[in-house]
Amino acid sequence: MRPLTEDETRTFFEKLSKYIGENIRLLIDRPDGTYCFRLHKDRVYYVSEHIMKRAANVSRENLISMGTCFGKFTKTGKFRLHITALDFLAPYAKYKIWVKPGAEQTFLYGNHILKSGLGRITESTNQYQGVVVYSMGDIPLGFGVAAKSTQECRRTDPMSIVCFHQADIGEYIRGEDTLT
Amino acid sequence: MATVEDVLESVNRSQASKYKTIEVQKDVEPQLDLGNLLTVDQNPLELKKFRADKEAYLKSQARDNTQLLFNAIWKLPTERVEEAICVKLPETTTVLPREKPIPKVKPPTRWEQYAQLKGIQKRKKGRMVWDEEIKEWRPRWGYKRANDETKDWVIEVPGNADPNEDQFEKRMKAKKERVAKNELQRLRNIARATRSKVPGVGLTPTEKPSKEEVGLALHLAKKSTASLGKFTEKLPKEKEAKHVGKKRKFEPAIGDFKKEKEQQLNIIDVMENKKPKLDITKAVNRVISQQEQEPSDERRKRGVKVKNRRGPPRKKGSGGFGKKGKAGKGKGAKGMGGKGKGKMGKGKGKSR
Repeated sequence: MRPLTEDETRTFFEKLSKYIGENIRLLIDRPDGTYCFRLHKDRVYYVSEHIMKRAANVSRENLISMGTCFGKFTKTGKFRLHITALDFLAPYAKYKIWVKPGAEQTFLYGNHILKSGLGRITESTNQYQGVVVYSMGDIPLGFGVAAKSTQECRRTDPMSIVCFHQADIGEYIRGEDTLT
Repeated sequence: MATVEDVLESVNRSQASKYKTIEVQKDVEPQLDLGNLLTVDQNPLELKKFRADKEAYLKSQARDNTQLLFNAIWKLPTERVEEAICVKLPETTTVLPREKPIPKVKPPTRWEQYAQLKGIQKRKKGRMVWDEEIKEWRPRWGYKRANDETKDWVIEVPGNADPNEDQFEKRMKAKKERVAKNELQRLRNIARATRSKVPGVGLTPTEKPSKEEVGLALHLAKKSTASLGKFTEKLPKEKEAKHVGKKRKFEPAIGDFKKEKEQQLNIIDVMENKKPKLDITKAVNRVISQQEQEPSDERRKRGVKVKNRRGPPRKKGSGGFGKKGKAGKGKGAKGMGGKGKGKMGKGKGKSR
């Protein structure tokens, strides 16, 4: 377990800012205590200071998880967000997509969102913008990348993809053994 | 009367008493190992004779057994080499223990590995070589070697060479480089065999060093001072050598949280400053949506009242489903459905 280096922090924040913009500040600068990002086995964990200090007593091999896993660094040095980060991304999300109740299931099975399943979308969403996916009842379901901007979404045919799937809460079941 | 035969017989007899008989009688046949010239006599000692005269008895026993050994040797095929009779001894049968452990197989050198891979065989070369100039046999290499190119008293300057270049010195230098290279390779082989650190990773002599090698050489030269290059002066616009050993250094896991937070906030600030202030696509989108909205606003001003919210299709279309999303009124699904209508509204906006 160690803090992120400057380069790692930058790649990590760049990925996060695609979803929550400058709201990362709110994650770091919290009034209710000190929270920090820690790297452990290539995974980034968002932990409160107290829990982190306790976790520091556990040896590296035995420590499986602490706090919330935000994602992991790939071997090529890129950062991948995990579905576990959703709890922190959803409240601060800048761009959102709502899926119709009929399309919820296909999304939760790991498929992209088609235009026919699109309920609502935040205005002025750009292409390839990171978005948080909600059900029509405002329950966060996962996140993805907008395949088309809001303008383009209006005139595409119903079977075209509007949002690329990245992570969904179905992974809690599908990837039960790998999620930390 | 003594005949000649009698005389001969008496002489034979006297000689026979002088030489002991080659016939030896043993109860148990002794074991012979001709390869080791060894006889093992398993017969028990005759205690009476042994006690009477120990030395004489043991000597006679040794003599008899040696006689048996030689009898066996004489049965082997002999050959004459320069008036000496020689015998080729058979393989040994007795297994003797070694004094020292069997020497370990030497690990192959880099060349030997390569040669085995390519199937290159070693060829025997004589140590001495005929030197045509001195008319003498001389060693192939080493002190006073044959055909020593560094000992030439005159060298022709090659056509494309610099006339002021010392060709003698060049040869000597080349020779020294070769020797140094060989020595380095020898040390490397030893290092690889003993699994210690391979030397010469830093810089090896090369004929035409590349840019990176020169950079590395410079870096090493700068560090090769008593203070490890701490006080070595830098050139004005000197760049750091690339791919030079850099140690990873991480902050402690439990360190200064305030400082960490500040650093992270700094990174966010830098990231935000890099972003363009005006997002062009966003601005264009806004203008378009405003233009779309204008006709509906005007209609609203004119007093065309909406009796039923779901009523007039044009309003919905012109409102844009994006806007509804923002308002969060939960009618998005419907807004999406009205795609064709939205287009109509748009067409109007454009015609203006």
